[in-house]
Amino acid sequence: MDTILKLTNVSKTYKSGDRELTVLDNLNFSVERASIISIVGPSGSGKTTLLGLCAGLDRASAGTVELQHKTLNILNEDQLAIIRNKYVGFIFQNFQLIPTLTALENVMVPLELRGEKKIKDRAMALLEKVGLTNRIHHYPLQLSGGEQQRVSIARAFSSNPIILFADEPTGNLDADTSSIIVQLLFDLNSEAGTTLVLVTHDRELSAKTQRILELKGGRIISDSQGLHE
Amino acid sequence: MNHHTNSFNKSGMRDRGYNFPWLLQMAWRDSRHSRPRLFLFISSVILGIAALVAIYSLGNNLHNEIEQQAAELLGADLEISGNQPSTPEIREMLDSLGGQRSSQQSFASMILFTKTGGTRLTEIRALKGAFPYYGTLETEPASAGQSFRNKQEALVDETLMLQYGAHIGDSVKIGSVSFAIAGKLILAPGQTGLSASVAPVVYIPLQYMPQTDLAQKGSRISYRYFIRFNPSTNVEELVSRIKPQLEANNLRYETIQSRKEDTGRSFTDLTRFLSLVGFIALLLGCTGVASAVHVYIKEKVNSIAILRCLGVKSSQAFLIFLLQIAGAGCMGAIAGAALGVVIQQMLPIVLKDLLPVKISTPVSWTAAGQGIILGIVVSILFALLPLLSIRKVSPLSAIRISYETSGRQKDLLRWIIYILIALFVFGFTLIQLHNWQRALSFSLYIAVSLLALTALAHTLMWMVHKYFPSSWSYLWRQGLANLYRPNNQTAILIISIGLGTALICTLIFVQSILLNRINMSTGAHQPNIVLFDIQDKQEAAIMNLVRDFNMPVKETVPIVNMRLEEVNGINAEEAKKDTSKGLSYWLFSREYRVTYRDSLTPSEKLTAGKWQGEASGNGLPLISLEKNFARRSGVHLGDTLTFNVQGALMQTIAGSLRDVNWSGIQTNFLVVFPKGVLEDAPKFKVLLTRVPSQEISAKFQQAMVKQYPNVSIIDLGLVLHVLNDIMSKISFVIRFMAGFSIVTGLVVLISSVLISKYQRLQESVLLRTLGGSRKQIFIITTLEYFFLGALAAFTGILLALIAGYGLAYFVFDTEFTPPLLYILLLFVLVCLLTVVTGLVNSNGILNRSPLEVLRTTG
Repeated sequence: MDTILKLTNVSKTYKSGDRELTVLDNLNFSVERASIISIVGPSGSGKTTLLGLCAGLDRASAGTVELQHKTLNILNEDQLAIIRNKYVGFIFQNFQLIPTLTALENVMVPLELRGEKKIKDRAMALLEKVGLTNRIHHYPLQLSGGEQQRVSIARAFSSNPIILFADEPTGNLDADTSSIIVQLLFDLNSEAGTTLVLVTHDRELSAKTQRILELKGGRIISDSQGLHE
Repeated sequence: MNHHTNSFNKSGMRDRGYNFPWLLQMAWRDSRHSRPRLFLFISSVILGIAALVAIYSLGNNLHNEIEQQAAELLGADLEISGNQPSTPEIREMLDSLGGQRSSQQSFASMILFTKTGGTRLTEIRALKGAFPYYGTLETEPASAGQSFRNKQEALVDETLMLQYGAHIGDSVKIGSVSFAIAGKLILAPGQTGLSASVAPVVYIPLQYMPQTDLAQKGSRISYRYFIRFNPSTNVEELVSRIKPQLEANNLRYETIQSRKEDTGRSFTDLTRFLSLVGFIALLLGCTGVASAVHVYIKEKVNSIAILRCLGVKSSQAFLIFLLQIAGAGCMGAIAGAALGVVIQQMLPIVLKDLLPVKISTPVSWTAAGQGIILGIVVSILFALLPLLSIRKVSPLSAIRISYETSGRQKDLLRWIIYILIALFVFGFTLIQLHNWQRALSFSLYIAVSLLALTALAHTLMWMVHKYFPSSWSYLWRQGLANLYRPNNQTAILIISIGLGTALICTLIFVQSILLNRINMSTGAHQPNIVLFDIQDKQEAAIMNLVRDFNMPVKETVPIVNMRLEEVNGINAEEAKKDTSKGLSYWLFSREYRVTYRDSLTPSEKLTAGKWQGEASGNGLPLISLEKNFARRSGVHLGDTLTFNVQGALMQTIAGSLRDVNWSGIQTNFLVVFPKGVLEDAPKFKVLLTRVPSQEISAKFQQAMVKQYPNVSIIDLGLVLHVLNDIMSKISFVIRFMAGFSIVTGLVVLISSVLISKYQRLQESVLLRTLGGSRKQIFIITTLEYFFLGALAAFTGILLALIAGYGLAYFVFDTEFTPPLLYILLLFVLVCLLTVVTGLVNSNGILNRSPLEVLRTTG
């Protein structure tokens, strides 16, 4: 199997006054291409920090993070931006759509950034897949939470990422909407063959993934197989 | 490690560049919801741009008008003037010039409105000929400008007639002759409202001059000759031919070209001054822009973080918002230029008393273009500082709301922008002033003033916050606490409104200092009225008249007119040729009014040399010179000065230097002779007395004008009146310009209120949810703006007080008593203006229902 993400002896510390706070402590693991894994753990266990490091949003204090065989630690900010645009997709707990752009424009942004042509059809097709054909010209504020997350999913897949990071994707949704969104996410993921890294503390959701990494106090306390086939 | 870096490049991950069309598209898309707000930010600079465009347009139009109306400014092709009656030599020279010629004798004289008994010192112009040859004497009725010339009639300054209740057909007594008023004089060539305030003009026909008995020995009469040539005459060439003769006869000349240049220069100075005042308003607006963009970008942090997550480079994110601001700046600059064109229509009205030409107001496209470019440049330059923070927005902010970049790091670009702003201020000032030292001083002055205002604003805010009584009711405390709301632009508001207040307040103080100084110099026993030009034979009778009015003769001072012929054997011609001698040419061209006495007066102090009270008979008399006059003219102690005392040459030695206090109603002289030298020379006297009241002053002046019409009278009332008139005309212009600063402050206030509207809305909803009534929220909001206005007004007044004391002590050398009533009025006015502006713009907040807001934000 091809390794797409590899962390070696990764630690992350923050300075708080004179004290050093270790948020992640010597983590080692790797993720295979097209796999679906979840990172679980209680609040403050370091899940979001880990996601930030894996996606090239932040830098490790020690150790190396390799994404698609590229060591992120040594890249500058602009190079990291290119990595994110080319390889990475994001889904956020609070949807994080750009409020001043319509649904369609939000989906088009990653493609426009690449300078790709004829992107409107692709964006429209993705919005159709997530069931928002009739809402494409609406602004985020005019959409419900579930609809915003659908746009977010369409945006995440628009650039054909090789890895998708989802940070509590159902955290702000009711139970019914959550299950629809999760289904949509898994369906699109299997169709595109993307690696999916889910950060959640929803045990039910993590159980649907192939592999569960459990964090506590900045350390991996278990690395087990989930129920998902 | 290198392996990875190399593989990064090899795998095609090269920089995609900036993708400029996409950046433009993003800037456009993102601005869709923010356009009114962006325009509001930029609106702070609109007034500054408008002021500058209006002033530049005025400057351009003025330049064109002076160019076109130059002939009307002078009224002739050539004007020759001097202080001596024409001699055969002068007449011969004038005759040789050919063309048409008019003559005018002008002098200061009292006039008496016989119907009302009013008297006033005026400038009499006795005219013969068809002058003006270009333009007209603008009169009402229009025909009076011509008809008065052949009759015993006068044209009297319009304002003077209004002041003294005189009407056309009334008679006015000038010297020994009564003239019927033929018409009101509205405008004479080259005259301005300001010059008419200082010396209102009365025209009479020259043929009646002898009958007036005003041309006596020692009278100060200016003789002018106005000449119109055939259009083919080269006036400049002609003037250069007769120049030696003019200089030999102490005659001055002016051509259309030289008048054009002089007037142009004066008004370039005026427009430069006004544009610097406008520039201050613009700078205040710029700080408002910087502050508003700072708030705007803070709100955009999340969108920027999302874009960064999606792969946008920090520099691209920076450019998206820079393009937005540049676009808004462009709109603001265009709006400012358009408003400037409107204001430009008003400027001729504001400046009407200072302008020598009638000015039309076509749109000056050059000025509008300059304004637009300036607007875009300043909007970008000042928005760059807050925009820089975009580069530091981490994509992590998208997943962690509480994420903040670590501390304030040193940012070289920030310093570069500070330097660019400083260079811009200096460069702009340099373009206006054409002198780098002055430009540097002005730039430093602005920097220091703004820093002082900022420090003052922050100190006041801190003190009020710290020492505000905690026992006061909740409404007061909440109103005050609102000032310290995060992202509130309190400091910048205090600075901009405060600066406008400071400008207006300083102006009031200067006016008060000047008037106080004159009032103080005429204490209970000091003279308050001066009678000039008393002939020897009139002296005893006038002294008797003074005593008949129970007034004291405080002092009689003899005055002898003379000219300077040589200094150490060097005459005017030599001094002009050889500037290494250090003697100023004007030293020889002016007429001196000299006195003689044996002691110093209380307003004089000997600073160098030896005072000679009485000429000893051994050696040349030692005269005393005013020290600044000696310094400016290049005359030193021990120099030999040869005077021409109305035909007789008299050698003297510069024996002493005096420091003279020129303020007050008293006689002071540049040159004082000892006794025993000038007693037999033709002279006139000045008499100083004190009138107990304005009524007696009026009666006394009437009696004087009736019996001794050649004697000119200046009383304190007239001085104060003239000073007030001049000050009010000048201060109107300055107030108009200072208004731009205040209104800019209010625009920043409106922008600030609207920016923080959402926050205010939430605060208001919260308070109403907790049971606060509409009335209570209204009171809190009112108090917030009252505190803001009060702090701004207080800052401005405090700064003006410092300036006032400084000016009184260092410049005017007098005491300073702040006019408390004016200060109080100004304070109340600024507070009121701030409260009204704030409340009008907060109206929507007070009227929204809590549920409506909670639904929207939920």
